[in-house]
Amino acid sequence: MAYLDHAATTPMLPQALDAYVRTARALGNASSLHGSGRAARRTVEEARERIAEALGAKPGEVIFTGSGTEADNLAVKGIHWHRRSEGRGRVITTAIEHHAVADAVAWLGDHERADVTELPVDKLGRVDTGVLAELLDERGAEITVLTCMWANNEVGTLQPIAEIAELAAAHGIPVHTDAIQAVGHVPVDFAASGAAALALSGHKLGGPTGTGALLLRRDVKAVPLLHGGGQEREIRSGTLDVPGIAALAEAVTHAVRTQQTESQRLALLRDDLVDRIRETIPEAIYNGDPESRLPGNAHFSFPGCEGDALLMLLDAAGVECATGSACSAGIAQPSHVLLAMGAEADDARSSLRFTLGWPTTRAEIDALVAALPEAVKRAKTAGLS
Amino acid sequence: MSGGVDSAVAAARAVEAGHDVTGVHLALSKNPQTYRTGARGCCTIEDSRDARRAADVIGIPFYVWDMAERFHEDVVEDFYAEYAAGRTPNPCLRCNEKIKFAAVLDRALALGFDAVVTGHYARKGEDGLLRRAVDPGKDQSYVLAVLTPAQLTGSLFPLGDTPKDQVRVEAETRGLAVAKKPDSHDICFIADGDTSGFLKNKLGTKEGEIVDAASGEVLGSHDGSHQFTIGQRHGLGLKRPAADGKPRYVLSITPVDNRVEVGPREALRVDRIRTGKPVWLAAERTAPFEAEIQLRAHGEVYPATVTPDDGGLTAKLHKPAFGVAAGQALVVYEPSPEGDAVLASGTIDSTQAYASAGVGDGAPAEATGA
Repeated sequence: MAYLDHAATTPMLPQALDAYVRTARALGNASSLHGSGRAARRTVEEARERIAEALGAKPGEVIFTGSGTEADNLAVKGIHWHRRSEGRGRVITTAIEHHAVADAVAWLGDHERADVTELPVDKLGRVDTGVLAELLDERGAEITVLTCMWANNEVGTLQPIAEIAELAAAHGIPVHTDAIQAVGHVPVDFAASGAAALALSGHKLGGPTGTGALLLRRDVKAVPLLHGGGQEREIRSGTLDVPGIAALAEAVTHAVRTQQTESQRLALLRDDLVDRIRETIPEAIYNGDPESRLPGNAHFSFPGCEGDALLMLLDAAGVECATGSACSAGIAQPSHVLLAMGAEADDARSSLRFTLGWPTTRAEIDALVAALPEAVKRAKTAGLS
Repeated sequence: MSGGVDSAVAAARAVEAGHDVTGVHLALSKNPQTYRTGARGCCTIEDSRDARRAADVIGIPFYVWDMAERFHEDVVEDFYAEYAAGRTPNPCLRCNEKIKFAAVLDRALALGFDAVVTGHYARKGEDGLLRRAVDPGKDQSYVLAVLTPAQLTGSLFPLGDTPKDQVRVEAETRGLAVAKKPDSHDICFIADGDTSGFLKNKLGTKEGEIVDAASGEVLGSHDGSHQFTIGQRHGLGLKRPAADGKPRYVLSITPVDNRVEVGPREALRVDRIRTGKPVWLAAERTAPFEAEIQLRAHGEVYPATVTPDDGGLTAKLHKPAFGVAAGQALVVYEPSPEGDAVLASGTIDSTQAYASAGVGDGAPAEATGA
C-alpha cells in the first residue's frame, strides 16, 4: 500500500510513541502539589522547554491545547476579543486559510460583528503583500488581528510571514500564523518570524492526534475560549495531557532536529513524483509555487477528471491520497484555495494532493506512478458529473 | 446505499455472490441538512452515516457520490415543471430513470464497474425481463419500468426473491444496525412531507377558482392550481356540500386559467388511456395485445387491450379506473407465474371515459395534462 496523505495525518514517530506509553503509565495530575503531581509537572515543563527551544520561543510562550484547530481558534478569537474596542473590530485573513482559521474568522464576522478583510493570493497561492501594505495604511487603526498561514495545507505554498509580520508591526498589529503544516517540515523560528502567535498540531509531525500548541508572545493577551482551572497562563484551562505533551515534545524535537536532511530527502522523492506524473500525464497541471513550497507536497489538477473518482480508483489500487478539497457530508466543494488562485471551478474539482512524510519510500511513489494512468483514463471517461 | 435496510442487505448479498462491491451513497442535496427529517426522507447526513456503518460491517469500501446538481436538474426541477403544467409526476421513477440507472450507472461503468446493485424489490428473469418481486406489498417493478433494456442489463436487484420481513431478519443476522430502521416514505426532498407548501414556496401562490365541472358554478377558491392532483378529495376547502351530499373530487386542472374543476367520483371514471412514447423492456410489439396495466406505484392492476402506434400506447381498460393523473406512468405487464413481466411503460398524456358520468354535455370527457 502507498500512503501519500501525510498532510492529513502522519504516523507517530517511534520515539514519540515510546514517550507517550512511558508517560501514560505514570501517575499524576500536573496541577497537584504532591510528589506525583510534581513529577507530572516536571514532564510538562521539560516538554515546554524543549518545544520552545526547538521553535525559537520562550518556555512561557508555549500554551498546550487539544488540537491545532483549538490553537487557531484561541489565537484568532482570543486576540480579536482582547483588542477590539470602539472603532477597532477588523480581522484580516487570507483567501487560502484552513477551515480552522477561515471558519473562526467567519464566525467572528457572523456572530460578533467583526469586519473581515480577506487578502488575495497570486496564481502560485502567495499572499499579495502589496495589497496588505495598502490595507494597513488605510485601515491599520481598525485592525485587531491579522492571520496568515505559514504554509498552505492544500498546495503547499509558503507564505512570506516575516515580511507580513514586519508590515503589521509598523502598525502595532499582532500577526497569528497557522504553522500546522510547516513545523517540522520547514525551518520555523517563532521569535525571528515576528509573529505574535503560532499554531502547531501534534499529528502532522509525528506526535499524537489530540495534541497541539499555541506559541503566544508574552506581551500578547488573548481572551480564553475555555474557562476552568486556568492551567495554561489563565488562557487555556483543562487538565494537562501529560503523556500527549511529552510525546508532542519528543516529536517536535525530533522533527526539527532532522528537518534539514529529511526535507532534502522528501523534496527529492517529491520532485521525482512530480517529474514522473508530468511524463505519464502530460496534461496534468502542477499547482502551487514550484519553488517555495513544502518539501513533501505535490498537488495536481487532472483536467476532465473528477478528483473524487481518481481518489476512489487509486484507493482501490492501494494508493491513498486526498482530493485536497474540503468536504462536508461527503459532498466535495471545489477547493477554495484553488479558486482563490484563479483556477477554473472544473480544474479545482479535478485535483489531487499527494503528501509525503517520514515513512515515505520510493516504492510508494512507484506504486502511484504505476496506478495513475489507468485511473486518469477511467476518470476521464466518467468525466465531470 | 441509502442508509436503509434494503440497500444494505442487497450489498451484503452482492458480496456473497462473489462480486467485487463498492458501496456508494448518493448526496442529493448540496446542503444535506435542509433535507433532514424524522421518519421521512432518505438523504440526510445521518442516513449517510448509517450507510457507511453498513458498508463497514459488510466489509466493502464506501464513498459518497455527489449527484446533487443532476438530481436537482432532472428530478426536482422536473417535479416543479410537471406540477406547474397540471400533471402529477412521480419523482422516484424519474430518479431511477435519470440518476440511479443513468448518471450513477454511466459513471460506474466508466470507472470500471460492471453494474449497479440496488435494494429495489424486483426480479430480473433468466430471459432478462423485469418482473414483479415475490413480495407483492413491496414490489417496485413499477418505478423501475422506465428503465431501458441497456439500463436494466447494468443493474442487479438481489432482493426481488425475498419478502421484506425476511430481509429485516437477515439484516439482523448480519449484524446490520439498520435492521429495524423504519422504511422511508414520501418524497425524499420534501423534508416535512408538505408537498403543497413545497410547491407554493417555489411556484408561488395565485388566486384561482374551484368550479363545478357540470354546472360551471364557482364553488370556492384556491391559491394555485399546481397544488392539486387529479382525483384529490381532501384539502379542497369547499364551504358548501354538493347538492347530492356526496364528496367532490378534482377532475381537471387547467394551469393556463389557473382553474380547478371538481365533481363526483363517477366523473373520474377512465376507460381509455393514452401515453407518450413508450419504453419497451420486452420485444417491441406493433399489433394490439391483451395485458395488465398499472397506473401508480402499488396501485391496482387493470386488464386492458394495449394498442401501440408511432406516438405512444393506447390502453382500453376492461374495467374502469378512477382518478388517473396525467404525468404518472402506465406500466404494461404480462401476467406470469414466475412474476408478472414488464413489457413497456409510458407517461400518461390523457385519459377518456366512454360514458361521461355527469360531466359537461355528455360527450366523452377528456382530461389532458399538457
